[in-house]
Amino acid sequence: MARRLDTRQRAVLCQILLLVALCTAGWYFLTNVVDNLLSRRIASGFGFLWREAGFEIGESTLLSASAADSYLKALTVGLLNTFRVALLASTFATLIGGTLGLARLSPNWLLAKIAAGYVELLRNIPLVVQLFFWYAVITESLPAPAEALNPLPGFYLSNRGLAVPIIVTLLPLQIEHPTLNAFNFSGGVVLSPEFTALFLGLALYTAAFIGEIVRAGILAVDRGQYEAAQAQGLSQGQIMRLIILPQALRLIVPPLTSQYLNCIKNSSLAVAIGYPDLVSIANTVINQTGQAIEGVAIIMLVYLTISLTISAAMNFYNRRIALRGART
Amino acid sequence: MSTRLRVTIAHPAALLHWTRIRLFATWRSSCVTLAIVYLAAKLLPSLFDWALLRAIWSPSHAALCRDTRIAGACWAFVADNYRFILFGTFPAEEQWRPALVIVSLLALYAVCGFHLLRRPTLLRLWFGELVVIAVLMWGGVFGLTYVENERWGGLTLTLLLSTFGIALAFPLAIILALGRRSGMPLIRWLSIGYIELIRGVPLISVLFMASVMLPLFLPPGVSIDKLLRAQVAMILFAAAYLAEVIRGGLQAIPAQQEEAALATGLGYWDRVRDVMLPQALRIAIPPLVNTFIGFFKDTSLVVIIGLFDFLTSIKVSLTDPTWSGFGVEAYLFAALGYFAFCYPMSRYSQRLERQTGYGTSLRALRDN
Repeated sequence: MARRLDTRQRAVLCQILLLVALCTAGWYFLTNVVDNLLSRRIASGFGFLWREAGFEIGESTLLSASAADSYLKALTVGLLNTFRVALLASTFATLIGGTLGLARLSPNWLLAKIAAGYVELLRNIPLVVQLFFWYAVITESLPAPAEALNPLPGFYLSNRGLAVPIIVTLLPLQIEHPTLNAFNFSGGVVLSPEFTALFLGLALYTAAFIGEIVRAGILAVDRGQYEAAQAQGLSQGQIMRLIILPQALRLIVPPLTSQYLNCIKNSSLAVAIGYPDLVSIANTVINQTGQAIEGVAIIMLVYLTISLTISAAMNFYNRRIALRGART
Repeated sequence: MSTRLRVTIAHPAALLHWTRIRLFATWRSSCVTLAIVYLAAKLLPSLFDWALLRAIWSPSHAALCRDTRIAGACWAFVADNYRFILFGTFPAEEQWRPALVIVSLLALYAVCGFHLLRRPTLLRLWFGELVVIAVLMWGGVFGLTYVENERWGGLTLTLLLSTFGIALAFPLAIILALGRRSGMPLIRWLSIGYIELIRGVPLISVLFMASVMLPLFLPPGVSIDKLLRAQVAMILFAAAYLAEVIRGGLQAIPAQQEEAALATGLGYWDRVRDVMLPQALRIAIPPLVNTFIGFFKDTSLVVIIGLFDFLTSIKVSLTDPTWSGFGVEAYLFAALGYFAFCYPMSRYSQRLERQTGYGTSLRALRDN
């Protein structure tokens, strides 16, 4: 007579069945991959990383790669480019977002409404569309370098991108300004249209989300804190700086970190406008070598490493700033 | 702070009072107001002039768009390409079919948004809609000519990708959310691994996986078309995010609910179906709507793998020599198109949050 299985035995059986099913599916796909690679004469493994890439990368940070360099070096340059744009965009997004959050809470009706309008507008339009838009504005609507716009002293905006001054040495402070040659700028740093569009789009888009986080964080601070500070005779600025913001920061930091993560992930949209970030370079590598599995695996591994590192750092920080006795 | 203070604007004294406290309360506030008014007075007239007064609307005046001395915005681009932007390369004489699909989808979304029908009726209506869409888009029955899905495109495709994507991701998401809370270690770890993997990588890498990697996993000779592959990628991606939202809903249910269900002797699936999910999903509706907005925006990424959605159609229209160089107008129109869908949805979710008692302002902290 068959005995009815109890819950624990059923659970074990369930998991064994699942494992068998997964292994079977895995084996099936693996054999397909092997067959396909053989019939299409595609190599496998990561040996290609040390082969000559054969393509130039238009722009680079710290490290530059020429056509004679290896795929590995090309991908590293791509990763550095990702970091460059994401870091710069996150910094500016934090500044703009902080301002937006405060502006939305301003007693001035006009300022609060404009900030709210900005947030609603930018959040409800896909980032790719915004990137295409900024790229079109830069390449189509801006004048040629000879008639470049000069919004701030030393900054030149033209259809070749943004030329900015660069600090050559810190002590004594020496700044090199871009100057116009026959057709383009020399000196300073010239940011390409692709970089400028991606940086601008990412920073403005992320700022809208950060603005909401800052606003919510400030609103979440107990109103009694504000009233108590007022009773102590602190000024508005002091109340914000000394009482509200330190408490709000505890709530703001975790979602802020995940916005930085989103910013890095969103920088992969660079491929849509042709900025050579990690994903664009990996895409070129896949097209050249046909090794799609390895290419996609590299992209995923790199992003996963970044995500996990940042989450781990955030958890560490959270434990440090958590109130004593509070649940984490 | 946005107090819900309603002032009778009709009365001049009230208006004056309002202006004083909301625009000129302190000298700093007055400076801000004046600065904004000054900037608006400087920028808005020229913007108005460019976008409306000097704009070229008719495609027959396309040549005028090139004359920078007289022409403002060249909206003729939209007028000339609207069929392609709405329907892709669907045969011209059959375009009433995707048009009907768009209209019926919008109507159904509106019915959902305004709670016009009860839930079981709504569910049946959605299933009916899926069948209607399949018949209208493919055809081949009831005397409709067959249209292969390579010719689907434009706004129709964007709506289809997002609607089917969310609908089909839902069952998978529920399984993943339950799996993550499961007592069985293998199932729990697989669910966690899947969710965190997908949430840790950008959508574009998942799309690449579907467009260049998936063909290698299929037996030789079998191929799935590009649209279906992209749809599968979108479903797999959306499921991970939806699963976390649903898990949030499950966690918000008081533990006594499950204990009571357990005590009445209900089995696991009965508990899930009759006690847990109905409550969890109701709590999770506002964040679910937000996920859907994000997903709707994300469908625009298929432009990178070359699928002819709303955005791609606009981008491709720009390659026509007549219209090259009008990217600013084209992408402004694209932005307007997406905004027209996302903004009402975001207002809807904000309203729901107010009704269910979750502070709108706290959403930003909770969701991320």
